[in-house]
Amino acid sequence: MKVYDKRLASPYLVWMALFTVIPLLIVCYYALTDAEGRFTLENLVSVSGYGSVFARSLLLALIATVICLVIAFPVGYFLSRLRVNKQRIMQMLVMLPMWMNFLLRTYAWMGLLSINGPINTLLGVFGLGPFNMLNTAGAVVLGMVYNYVPYMILPLYTSMVKIDQSIIEAAQDLGAGTAKTLFRVLIPMSVPGICTGITMVFVPAVSTFVISRMLGGGANLLIGDLIEMQFLGNSYNLNVGSAMSLVLMIIVLLCMSFTSSFDEDEMEGVS
Amino acid sequence: MKRLLATLSALAALTFCALPAPAAEPIAVVDGITVSADYDWTRFAGQNVTLNVYNWGEYISNGSDDSVDVVAAFEELTGIHVNYTTFDSNESMYAKLKSGAASYDVIIPSDYMVAKMIDEEMLLPLNYENIPNFALIDEEYRNPDYDPANAYTVPYMLCTTGIIYNTTMVSEAPTAWADLWDEQYAGSILMFNNSRDAYAIAAFKEGRSVNPPTTDEVDEVMEQLKAQKPLVQAYVMDEIFDKMIGGEAAVGVYYSGDAITMIDDNPDLAWVFPEEGSVLSVDCMCIPAASQNQEAAEMFINFMCEVDVGVANAEYIGYTTPSTAVWEKLDEELKYSEIAYPSAEIAAKEQVFTALSEEVNSELDVKWSEMKSYDEGGSGYLFLLLLLAMVLLACFNIWRKMRRKMRNMY
Repeated sequence: MKVYDKRLASPYLVWMALFTVIPLLIVCYYALTDAEGRFTLENLVSVSGYGSVFARSLLLALIATVICLVIAFPVGYFLSRLRVNKQRIMQMLVMLPMWMNFLLRTYAWMGLLSINGPINTLLGVFGLGPFNMLNTAGAVVLGMVYNYVPYMILPLYTSMVKIDQSIIEAAQDLGAGTAKTLFRVLIPMSVPGICTGITMVFVPAVSTFVISRMLGGGANLLIGDLIEMQFLGNSYNLNVGSAMSLVLMIIVLLCMSFTSSFDEDEMEGVS
Repeated sequence: MKRLLATLSALAALTFCALPAPAAEPIAVVDGITVSADYDWTRFAGQNVTLNVYNWGEYISNGSDDSVDVVAAFEELTGIHVNYTTFDSNESMYAKLKSGAASYDVIIPSDYMVAKMIDEEMLLPLNYENIPNFALIDEEYRNPDYDPANAYTVPYMLCTTGIIYNTTMVSEAPTAWADLWDEQYAGSILMFNNSRDAYAIAAFKEGRSVNPPTTDEVDEVMEQLKAQKPLVQAYVMDEIFDKMIGGEAAVGVYYSGDAITMIDDNPDLAWVFPEEGSVLSVDCMCIPAASQNQEAAEMFINFMCEVDVGVANAEYIGYTTPSTAVWEKLDEELKYSEIAYPSAEIAAKEQVFTALSEEVNSELDVKWSEMKSYDEGGSGYLFLLLLLAMVLLACFNIWRKMRRKMRNMY
């Protein structure tokens, strides 16, 4: 068998056809038909009425992604410069929260942020607060950052590990300061990691519904909640729900095309 | 007359007991549960029958806090395996059944959902011969509006909606639904996170019916919920337990049975039946049309109507039983609880949900999502901004691609 045998990919191709392509077609079908199965654009039109929800989801997801990036970049660099055996331990520590159930982690934040919760109690000792932290947009962003930051750290770390220490030393020998090394060497060389990280944080963040329901108090509605309401909740309208999913997919696709083209460009410069 | 009959039959039973003939002595299943012996409980034993029961969360005596595990008792008695799962709203239960993704044998939806499901032929007519304990259900709960011929349902529990509040956190106790629009509770009100119950509150405040006849009325009443939104801390369902018990919110709206549980855990809480009236809902045991085990499912329903099982459930969940026989055996505290068994005066003001017409129902849902996604800050322009950003992004992308192409040409 040759190494490049195309048949090797066939199990996954079958899987993908069954569970990605066909469901996608079904979503498209539902989005473009009414309850009786006739063609209609009504569903897509009615989605535009929820513009503010789309805007809020994208905005919150964007903020969460930026915060994740800012937190993860230095950590990723720090990790990649550690000795190999320490790297392994630190990598495990980054992944540790992911071993716990996602719902449970979010639920814990519900208790932490509440008016009688530990954070407000602690602030109360210093005569501050109590602050109303739960059921706000900020709490939703916090939930996103907390849950998705490992997905940003890991790809950044993997791409930074490949940057040889000698390259950074060379930059410094040639007179580049810290800022210049960062912007001219480190960031351009970790672009693939940044792009993967952004995708892995932004996409789940924009479509989440658990976080906004638990930390947003049901009033900070996101697209995920709206879609959930169409499929499992009060509304039960598969057609409108599918139309919403379709619009969301197109928006995400647009954002992704942006990051991936960025990726290609920068890679040209590097290689 | 009923009582006389009961005495007579008890006497008869006693006489039979004295004889060596097969005695109809109640079967003791587990500690605290004995069931009638006049029923063939074991006819499915050893046949590997599995029943899928789909009930509300926290809605059965489940063995925690020294209660009786009712489902385990049923399994022990009958040899039928029960696969017990829960839902958190009528709507999610309906969606799950409608999608055909799962098959259930016993479901326990509320009245208005029952009516809707009967309309859509999603339920099986019951064979009441297999449910002799239906006789224990009080006369007033038979042939209800949602099931006029009483062909599909057996009532499980009743409850009413009302206001629960924390006496230490309010200076003035709420007495009416209209108080939920009062500025003094701003930021500490918990509302229902389901459209029917939330709508009913606004309808009571406006003096309208909880079952809107026209879409115009829906629009009008929904405006009230929109106006209330800035005062609401969160829209919740069972999350209310943690929030009210923990003193997170001052005023909440919920079901009477759950209020009893919350007050047990936090004595600062108190309950009030609002002046305008409240919604009485009946949760019923039914069998979905897709069930393959109708007879075993009927056996489960019959078991749930046994007096001891009813007592165990009513005492654990605190909801109101539709059976006087069960009520008589409740412990004193619950038996005379004003919350679970309100006075005739309060009961007279109760309204019941009925199924809405397709048109009104979808209007209600659209308005509900609209209300939930409505943002005071006027995020309309935010969407325009977003569209603009998207277009710019797309243009930028195309420009980059073109530039690259140009570069590659040289």
